[in-house]
Amino acid sequence: MSHEVEILLVEDSPEDAELTIRALRRNKLVNEIHLAEDGVEALDFLFCRGAHADRTFSCPPKLVLLDLKLPKVGGIEVLRAIRADERTKAIPVVVLTSSKEEKDLIDGYKLGVNAYAQKPVDFEQFSETVRQIGMFWMLINQAPPSGAFVASAARGA
Amino acid sequence: MSNEVETLLVEDSPEDAELTIRALRRNKLANEIHVAEDGTDALDFLFCRGAYADRTFSHPPKLVLLDLHLPKVDGMEVLRALRADERTKAIPVVVLTSSFEQEDVAAGYKLGASAYVQKPVDFEGFSEAVRQIGMFWLLINQALPPGEFTASKAHGV
Repeated sequence: MSHEVEILLVEDSPEDAELTIRALRRNKLVNEIHLAEDGVEALDFLFCRGAHADRTFSCPPKLVLLDLKLPKVGGIEVLRAIRADERTKAIPVVVLTSSKEEKDLIDGYKLGVNAYAQKPVDFEQFSETVRQIGMFWMLINQAPPSGAFVASAARGA
Repeated sequence: MSNEVETLLVEDSPEDAELTIRALRRNKLANEIHVAEDGTDALDFLFCRGAYADRTFSHPPKLVLLDLHLPKVDGMEVLRALRADERTKAIPVVVLTSSFEQEDVAAGYKLGASAYVQKPVDFEGFSEAVRQIGMFWLLINQALPPGEFTASKAHGV
């Protein structure tokens, strides 16, 4: 793997995935983006197993953009698994969903999502939301350094 | 309290506080900003006690902008206290610091910081970073609805 994936996009809708990738690319916010179309593939990618066994935990994506309604394993379960493992716990996860259910929002925060954005239905607004997400998470936010992914580096935290 | 605070800015440098407030206001990103100049004041505000006993947990700020090096109680301790209490656990906390130490970044994420931003040293860069923070966290991010910040609503997650 010479190119490190910067964003893992977990999205089962081909249209939404294409819109998201296009908005990020158009604004030059990402070079390497990996698309996982269901929760199982997202977990395989993040936990470096299955088809992604050549990946390593020390090179996590800078951001996971996570849809909630996914085939096989839902987004909330993916989030729960990420937060339950010291090797993946610090990876920034932003939920991007069309869900307007308050329970999803509450569960997301209880499980430690970094941020939660609703997909606007309108095309222009969708692109703008993705652009803002990309601007903040790719350009402004400082991604966790490798030391954040090792249990022993916790300094009693 | 008729006006709900949208942003709690925890910052001991008057210059940085003024720059931050100005950048948010100029972009119409915060009507109500409260500045806490040390960690104790920030905790009193967030835990609705002392001078802030008239505040309620059901109306937390939409965003806490947290400097790390603070008088009395430092930023990491403020973050730890917020994440340890069900009533304040889900409040978005963005660390905004001049610390470039990777250990601080790692520790911030391990303690549950929502995001971590290094203060650019130049004026323009600083204003732009604050603008992007405001755009994402005050306009795009969906915070928990008021009233959901209570332990009893845990939904068994």
